[in-house]
Amino acid sequence: MSDIPKDLKYTQDHEWARQQGNLVVVGVTAHAQEALGDVVYVELPKVGTTLTAGKQFGVIESTKAVSELFAPISGKVVKVNDTLTGKPDTVNADPYGAGWIIEVELSDPKQLDGLLSPDAYADQLKNA
Amino acid sequence: MSLNWKYQESFAGRHIGPDEHELKAMLAVLGASSLEEFIDRTVPQAIRSKEPLRLAPGQGEHELLAQLEAIAAKNQRSKSFIGMGYYDTHTPNVILRNIFQNPGWYTQYTPYQAEIAQGRLEALLNFQTMVMDLTGLEVANASLLDEGTAAAEAMAMALHVKGEDDGAFFISETCHPQTIDVVRTRAAPLGVEVVVGDHRTVDLGAKKYFGALVQYPATDGGVFDYRAFAEKVHAAGALLVMATDLLALTLLTPPGELGTDVAVGSAQRFGVPMGYGGPHAAFFATKNAYTRLMPGRIIGVSEDAQGRRALRMALQTREQHIRREKATSNICTAQVLLAVIAGMYSVYHGPKGLKAIAERVHGLTALLAQGLTRLGYKLRHEQFFDTLRVELGSAQVRTVLSAAEAKGMNFHRIDERSIGISLDETTRAADVEAILGTFSAGKALEATLDELGTGLASPLEAGLRRQSAYLTHPVFNTYHSETEMLRYIRRLEARDLSLGHSMIPLGSCTMKLNATAEMIPVTWPAFGGLHPFAPPSQAAGYKIIFEQLESMLMEVTGFAGCSLQPNAGSQGEYAGLLVIRAYHQSRGQGHRDVCLIPQSAHGTNPASAVMAGYQVVVTKCDDQGNIDIADLRVKADEYKDRLAALMVTYPSTHGVFEEGIKEITSIIHERGGQVYMDGANLNAQVGLMKPGQLGADVCHINLHKTFCIPHGGGGPGMGPICVAPHLTKFLPGHPVIAMGGGTDRIGAISAAPWGSASILLISWMYMQMMGGEGLTQATKMAILNANYIAKRLDPHYPVLYRGKTGGVAHECIVDVRHLKKTAGVEVEDVAKRLMDYGFHAPTVSFPVAGTLMIEPTESESKAELDRFCDAMIAIREEIREIEEGKVPKDNNVLKNAPHTARMITAPEWNRPYSREKAAFPAKWVQEGKFWPPVGRLNNVLGDRKLVCSCPPIEEYMEPVPPKAA
Repeated sequence: MSDIPKDLKYTQDHEWARQQGNLVVVGVTAHAQEALGDVVYVELPKVGTTLTAGKQFGVIESTKAVSELFAPISGKVVKVNDTLTGKPDTVNADPYGAGWIIEVELSDPKQLDGLLSPDAYADQLKNA
Repeated sequence: MSLNWKYQESFAGRHIGPDEHELKAMLAVLGASSLEEFIDRTVPQAIRSKEPLRLAPGQGEHELLAQLEAIAAKNQRSKSFIGMGYYDTHTPNVILRNIFQNPGWYTQYTPYQAEIAQGRLEALLNFQTMVMDLTGLEVANASLLDEGTAAAEAMAMALHVKGEDDGAFFISETCHPQTIDVVRTRAAPLGVEVVVGDHRTVDLGAKKYFGALVQYPATDGGVFDYRAFAEKVHAAGALLVMATDLLALTLLTPPGELGTDVAVGSAQRFGVPMGYGGPHAAFFATKNAYTRLMPGRIIGVSEDAQGRRALRMALQTREQHIRREKATSNICTAQVLLAVIAGMYSVYHGPKGLKAIAERVHGLTALLAQGLTRLGYKLRHEQFFDTLRVELGSAQVRTVLSAAEAKGMNFHRIDERSIGISLDETTRAADVEAILGTFSAGKALEATLDELGTGLASPLEAGLRRQSAYLTHPVFNTYHSETEMLRYIRRLEARDLSLGHSMIPLGSCTMKLNATAEMIPVTWPAFGGLHPFAPPSQAAGYKIIFEQLESMLMEVTGFAGCSLQPNAGSQGEYAGLLVIRAYHQSRGQGHRDVCLIPQSAHGTNPASAVMAGYQVVVTKCDDQGNIDIADLRVKADEYKDRLAALMVTYPSTHGVFEEGIKEITSIIHERGGQVYMDGANLNAQVGLMKPGQLGADVCHINLHKTFCIPHGGGGPGMGPICVAPHLTKFLPGHPVIAMGGGTDRIGAISAAPWGSASILLISWMYMQMMGGEGLTQATKMAILNANYIAKRLDPHYPVLYRGKTGGVAHECIVDVRHLKKTAGVEVEDVAKRLMDYGFHAPTVSFPVAGTLMIEPTESESKAELDRFCDAMIAIREEIREIEEGKVPKDNNVLKNAPHTARMITAPEWNRPYSREKAAFPAKWVQEGKFWPPVGRLNNVLGDRKLVCSCPPIEEYMEPVPPKAA
């Protein structure tokens, strides 16, 4: 079973979200990077883009597949991880740390309540 | 003894691999008493045709070629000065014989197995480099189907870049009319508004423009400086697409320096005959920022496992077969063979040679302009490259055109009051004199050409004259003697595995024989030299071929109409769906917008459906890989009012004859939908059943699969469609050549009215030589061969799907997924190890990830099938050694495959198996070895750091020292 940190929230599409006040950092889970294999490219949104929960905000590409990235929450992109442009494999090496993808300013701070808990995400992986 | 003086040689016996003895032996293995009995138990009775094909008996190859010569003689070869994207050219003879007519170049499939396709990949890298250099843009793909399609793809890409669902696209009225029409066809279902007008006056603020298309030089010859327009386009937040001409760009400021975002065009005039429309390679170049949105195949530079430079197709995950309905394009095929020829034309001539040719063309055009002016004619454009627009009175237009035709020359009638004349590589001074003669109307020119040509200068203004260098790479500056060129071509050829080496058992690709007799007429000048827009009366020979081929295809598919226009299977799908769309609209049912597609479908299906404006609804498959009829019924009911079509492949992509097909097609019809049948697997149907009788309304036919057009290393292909009677009036039209029928036709799908006309000869030859009986026998043998392989391999690798009676259709899927657990072996490892045995792998991971799909075709003998099965079985034994712990999981003959000569002869050898086992694992390899030129490709490296032009010379001069083997 892949690593599922307890302090994060998850989506069914294998994104994670870490809340820090009004800001949320978003990335993909260890399970997602394993399934994708070697990540070769991450298409990032522009800073300032407005995201809608559940809608696509970027693309992650490996030698095996291309997957859409879906916004776990609604809000405005305030930072993107530019490291991924030159070193996309950071997502493989450290999905919950240096491999973060975007930082979002929440439009409504309660939004994370609707996401999966670590246990619920673990159950989803088990049942898949 | 009695003498049989009536003996007739049969072509079918040459086309079909197994002889009588082999047939008997195979039937014995399969426990059948006769081929008939075997077919009866394998192909469900419910779907069989009751009648044999009504086609004439097969003919011998020599007799048929003689007949074809007579047909060819009905084509009239006039000198073409029509232009409009098609120009006469000299195919260098060293290229003609050693590439165009050489099975070492034309029989391969798309270079999915890069390690044994390095020759083609290098030739394509040359093509990309050539396009990037000449257009002045940063990245180019490995070719597209034709110029019109390339422009339509550019429009789709621009829409995607803008990130909007709809908007407006501007097209300059001086683009080729066929390009405008193909883009219009593509725009309509996407909800894009096309505005055709004058780029100098258009108000780009008036609509939500996302892109604009101009032609450089224009279709009527004018050369405009688009710099200011580019700024306007960018200020409007749109992309500028420029259709252009490679030969002109040796003299003109390249599109990239004018502010162009995308350049498209045709590379035809670089050594590829006009062929009455094709096949030719179109090109597509753009800026780095859009690389990942660029359609088509891209060849990239990477390294092999030993750290040596090696080439591969890059960014494959962007393709429709993985992206499916999310793909932005349905393009699968490129025009590899033609791109190779165009690239080699540049290698052969080099920058100086190309420039000299361009200057002659341009000079003769300037000379012609002088002469026409001297005769008192007015020219529309002051700046031109190779095309003049002569302004005349309407009576004069008719007089000049008929005078020209009488002298064996074709001009372009632009409109009531003007004529276009395009010169090309083959034009000489005598032609200019002859042209002037048609305009002189008895008046004397009062000057010799030499006098006119004294001090002749280019009419191009300074800003439009090219200053930047191009084709500076050594590959374009080295092989200019025929000896060097011949050896370069042969050296690359030797790096590719082709059907000249061994079977290429790619499932879903039908890699059958491309008989020499079928190929011969393609390069006859009587077929190759015709311009697609020549007066139809000059193409009487072609007309016979088209009519006979259409009627044979309709007989095979059980349909009433046929369009030969679609240039690839994907284009056939797209055309067929547009025909269905037009049908629904004609009945006031235009709201029908749902297309059902089974999970197991080829990825191109959903991509085409989206292009046709449909919403894709995926239906499930059951455990046996068959369409889940219950689920299909539920979804068909759910969308009953919106149901437009079902796309279905038959036999299924899983290689099984589904018994429920007629029930499936009825479910759709009962709810007002139409059935589109993907003809990818038609090789299992011909003569035994017909799509029309199974309940389909449209089907496309991959002539490059079932009907012997060679795959060309990844193109050309052809995907004509056949349709039921109620759909015939909607078949594609053409803006230049009238296709007959009423006004209900959909717009052009391809630039040329009959697509890649010259290669239709291949399918015509095949069908005529086989006859109805031969074609049916081929189908039976294809099914027998597949079942024989399934039977032999099943004990070693489980066969995944079977029909009710235990048989497969014309291909089978073998499972290797369990070997990952037991030995750490993945499907890629088996594929690469096959190379050490001298084989190309079957289709990897389609339609089921982690499996191999094998399609032997009827052309492979039992001896070859046995050799392949022996290799697969030997590899299974090698895997067993890993399973038993005799060799490590990460260091064995599979993981290290393929083994190159360099690896085998490295001074140090520290692998847990012998050099001999690595490179000579079977007896036949000891007798004749195909050495993979590079080791296992590093896919990750190539996709992370994309390099898609020829690498700098240093890399050629100082090869990376090999790591110890």
